[in-house]
Amino acid sequence: MDILYYSGTFILIIGLLFFLSGTVGLIRFPDIYTRLHALTKADNVGLGCVICGLSLQSCNWMLIVKLLLIWLLVMVASSASCHLIASSAMQKNIKPWTRS
Amino acid sequence: MSWIHIFFALILLLAIAAGMIRILRGPTAADRMMTAQLFGTCGVAILLLLSAGMASPVLVDIALVFALLAALATLTFVRRTWQDPGKKRHGYPLL
Repeated sequence: MDILYYSGTFILIIGLLFFLSGTVGLIRFPDIYTRLHALTKADNVGLGCVICGLSLQSCNWMLIVKLLLIWLLVMVASSASCHLIASSAMQKNIKPWTRS
Repeated sequence: MSWIHIFFALILLLAIAAGMIRILRGPTAADRMMTAQLFGTCGVAILLLLSAGMASPVLVDIALVFALLAALATLTFVRRTWQDPGKKRHGYPLL
């Protein structure tokens, strides 16, 4: 049980690092598309790592299934929102950032 | 009380507070809405960590509802205020 607990804590720390990098990307990137990229990719990987760590630490199968369903719902919702925002920005003629 | 989970939740709260910078500086409305999406994802993670830290399984259900509501908020924003109504859409008609 101890080894599961400590490996779960390790994966939780990895997930926190992904969350922090997603936030830094949202603050520092120059363009709406690059910000969307940072937000939707890094944050969903971070949430997945948090959910994997908590699943390793929990001993309740129903709770693990519920956590995985929450992760699936957040991924579907986040990808749909990302697609909507990006296509609407293309419609509004917001030009993607280029190095110039 | 498992203090390590609550400490991790506090670190995620710091990430949310840093996201406030983008709300203050966002040139378009969509940037501010993307920060709201970040608050949704971070809030779900915070609620899950708190449910492990305080040993209360109710918070997992609250996180589920929170994820649903964050998705609906972004979707409603894009369809109601950010898109120009009556303009022809290109690409896949998602909604």
